[in-house]
Amino acid sequence: MSNVPPFIDTWFAARGWAMHPHQHEMLERAGAPALLLIAPTGGGKTLAGFLPSLADLGPDPAPGLHTLYISPLKALTADIRRNLRAPVDEMGLSIRIEDRTGDTSHTQRRRQRADPPHILLTTPESLALMLSYEDAPRIFAGLKRVIVDEVHALAESKRGDQLMLGLARLAALCPGLSRVGLSATVEDPPAIGRFLAPAPKACEILQADPGPDPDIAMLETDAPPPWSGGGGRYAIPAILDEVRRHRTTLIFHNTRAQAEIFFHDLWLANDAGLPIGIHHGSLAREAREKVEAAMAEGALRAVVCTGSLDLGIDWGDVDLVIQVGAPKNVKRLVQRIGRANHRYNAPSKALLVPANRFEVVECVAALQAARAHDLDGDPRGPGPRDVLCQHILATAAAGPFDADALYDEVTTAGPYTTLTRPAFDACLDFAATGGYALRAYDRWQRLKRGPDGRWALRDPRAAKQIRMNLGTIVDTETLKVRMQRHRGGAPLGEVEEGFAATLTPGDTFLIGGQIVRYEGLREMTVEVTRSASATPKIATFMGTKFATSTQLSDRILTMFRQPDWPELPRHTAEWLALQRKVSRLPRRERLLIESFPHEGRAHTCVYGFAGRNAQQTLGLLLTQRMEAAGLAPLGFVATDYATLIWGLDPVTDPAPLLDGDNLREAFETWLAGNAVMKRTFRASAIVAGLIERNTPGRRKTGRQATFSSDILYDTLAKYDPGHLMLEITREEAMKGLVDFGRIEAMLARTKGRIDHVPLSRVTPLAAPLFLEPGRVPVTGTAEQRLIDEAAERLMAEAGLA
Amino acid sequence: MGRVFVWKQIMNGYAFMLTGAQLAALPSGALYWGDAGLLAVSDLHLGKAERIARRGGALLPPYETRETLARLEADITVTGARTVLCLGDSFDDLDAAAGLPEDEAQWLMRLMAGRRWLWIEGNHDPGPIAFGGSHLAEYAAGPLIFRHIARPGAVGEVSGHYHPKARISLGGRALSRPCFLHDAARLILPAYGAYTGGLCWDDPAFAPLFGTEARAIMLGNPPRPLPKPPCRAAAHEVTHA
Repeated sequence: MSNVPPFIDTWFAARGWAMHPHQHEMLERAGAPALLLIAPTGGGKTLAGFLPSLADLGPDPAPGLHTLYISPLKALTADIRRNLRAPVDEMGLSIRIEDRTGDTSHTQRRRQRADPPHILLTTPESLALMLSYEDAPRIFAGLKRVIVDEVHALAESKRGDQLMLGLARLAALCPGLSRVGLSATVEDPPAIGRFLAPAPKACEILQADPGPDPDIAMLETDAPPPWSGGGGRYAIPAILDEVRRHRTTLIFHNTRAQAEIFFHDLWLANDAGLPIGIHHGSLAREAREKVEAAMAEGALRAVVCTGSLDLGIDWGDVDLVIQVGAPKNVKRLVQRIGRANHRYNAPSKALLVPANRFEVVECVAALQAARAHDLDGDPRGPGPRDVLCQHILATAAAGPFDADALYDEVTTAGPYTTLTRPAFDACLDFAATGGYALRAYDRWQRLKRGPDGRWALRDPRAAKQIRMNLGTIVDTETLKVRMQRHRGGAPLGEVEEGFAATLTPGDTFLIGGQIVRYEGLREMTVEVTRSASATPKIATFMGTKFATSTQLSDRILTMFRQPDWPELPRHTAEWLALQRKVSRLPRRERLLIESFPHEGRAHTCVYGFAGRNAQQTLGLLLTQRMEAAGLAPLGFVATDYATLIWGLDPVTDPAPLLDGDNLREAFETWLAGNAVMKRTFRASAIVAGLIERNTPGRRKTGRQATFSSDILYDTLAKYDPGHLMLEITREEAMKGLVDFGRIEAMLARTKGRIDHVPLSRVTPLAAPLFLEPGRVPVTGTAEQRLIDEAAERLMAEAGLA
Repeated sequence: MGRVFVWKQIMNGYAFMLTGAQLAALPSGALYWGDAGLLAVSDLHLGKAERIARRGGALLPPYETRETLARLEADITVTGARTVLCLGDSFDDLDAAAGLPEDEAQWLMRLMAGRRWLWIEGNHDPGPIAFGGSHLAEYAAGPLIFRHIARPGAVGEVSGHYHPKARISLGGRALSRPCFLHDAARLILPAYGAYTGGLCWDDPAFAPLFGTEARAIMLGNPPRPLPKPPCRAAAHEVTHA
């Protein structure tokens, strides 16, 4: 009890509230060097994080920064500032609380550096920037506590790695600093603890009462789901019924494109004119803010959204969450369900809508996992080194540093505890000299060693450039979309530059729930007009597709072992039974491969259950090996569970194609020239400081002065194949879109136990693959052929041929 | 009017006429004028990585000069050119020319030996430079005049400077590559240097130079002719209803 000051007790009592046990516990354990609180949404988690700070600061605190609060979302920092202000005032504490993000004004930021508030609310990027200033030691002098909110979300990306390096820096500046992490439900709390704690110190973990289990079910519809596809359009009448029956419904989709298409169709079917909005990351900030404000006022009955609403912004009255499409990942599902009903101790309500027949199985498996509290997640790999390169440059921007001391400091950050000295030195060498085999930059090194042995910027002016490049979020190059003749008007949203380049005037596409007609490009802005057409000519513009998690795939394979499936709707159970009768059902420890003729082509279907990205990579590798074997493959298509390949000649013996060593060798060759690698390279090169970010002002002028990062990739691959950036690119690509790791896991799990089933016709499980979009043609000399065809056509159209 | 031909059975080029001169666009972005035995390349930007580093910017892979020289050597060998004309911006700046590493400078000298070498001034490298050869503001030969930056109204003009690049859509996928731009009166060469970007072929900067009859020759093996699209409206132009 000793740790609860009277003003906090009085405040709770005056409200007639009892402190949650975990809030009390946070006060008791305020002295812990690292403490992770895991609590469900609505459990007063944020206040629990701040209570020890309020207790320590007291009614009349001395000036100086006391607590730093870091959140992944700018919007969240403003929210927290408002929500924390009230209790602080009511407790009668004269505590200054301010936020600082990319949106904070220049004057305000300068003032914050000169005279910091008691509690500063910020983001990982703004913290990195503050730490890169020469006066960082003065700004942070006296800092006692750091609160990291939504630490589970930060741990999923490079932003978390950057933050932990920043905390290691802070810990060196402020000895005795204690860290608190606030997290939603996660599968492996000790892993988040290791991520957060300053090594070798351990992290204490505090589990709040998780509250009642969510009320979660699959939406029953009159119409069965289609055999393939992802939109969930068939369920629109049933979904509208649910929206009518609830106060506010969130309708989650897995991709922005699907959200757009669904919203459009939902609107067409919305005869009752219910107020429904759309919210996703490609929409303009103004458009998103409008929806957020309408939500807060309770003016909307439903919002169609994507992961942009995943994090803990307070949405008030949401009483139903609908997930369209299989959730792909049970943890994400559980966190999304947490969006409904922010009242603690009341069950959240959620409905799953499978988008196709296979997803029925996936949804049932996800439901079982959620009820069993069996969350999934891949173990976090070691911290990426492009982030470390950036950290080294940022450290130099703040002032000269000693390499030994920096190495010791960096290895206290959770993600970098296993970093070896040679691996660190390679990053330091890259930051200092470029790290090239050709030592070309002796005169122009970025960092030089002074007479005292410490490293410093050669040219102090470089500090500004380094600060401008801070951060680990690398956006794809996007262009704003605006209505023509509304130059002052709000933009509708953004599309990828690559997508914009494929448009010709007259093309129609969906954005912000409306169909627009492409008119032209002006000043890096896509100009559109309203279109009266009922269906867009081009449907998609951004496809972030999640792969089904390993754990969920395993559950599905386990379900396949059952003799029958009373938990599945009849249409789906019958489908699986028929597959078992004419062929087999895939098993976890064996690899099922079916071969059958269809429409004059030989088809082979590989049920790897390795997730969409890995199945896609497998398709590329297998067709390459088939090409070499003279089997003349023509194309393939991949889903989360299988890859279907078609070609001229049938596969009679798939074993050599899938031999691990051969596959690995094919992978190495293929990887080097791959577009995914180039994309990964660009991101890593920007983070590491090899390529400067394209700031909007610069892009307009002198486009011919900047050149594609692909050129740098090709040059390095040709002249310096052992370079650190290529090594980092490889490491990053392996875990991302290429996902070769899961192919390796699949090979290890099946150990060459291949069941090859030759059949005379398409099987029930393979049939939906024929309807799957995203068929990849196998190309060899295809690009030049396509150019030739396009050139002839265009010249002929122009009357020049 | 153009035709694809195989240059001495080794190199694919695209042949076309400009004010009476028979020219060939090579896959590398070089121009060969067979009758004059002249090979023209523009915007080599040698020493670009060094210049960026010198100014405190990123330390880019320092291999672009050797990559560019290797391309040039290949084109000289294949065409057997007696004259090589560098159409300006050959070096990223004058210090870059002076600061060329010894082995790369030697390589360039080797290429220059035994043939006529013309350096045209560019905006990045005005004035004479330390290497041999002739230094000119522009070069007139027969029906053609070579200068770095195109002048509106010129006839038979071959220039560089803009780094033109073509952009086409291939079944929902955008492809962008350097290109030659030409009409009956003028020709603009693509940038030849390894570290060069491009200006899109419909950029307003091309509006005063080309009418509606202009074409592009997109680099590739072999290069391909394409109709050049009209230019976008200039950025500062305001249209209001």
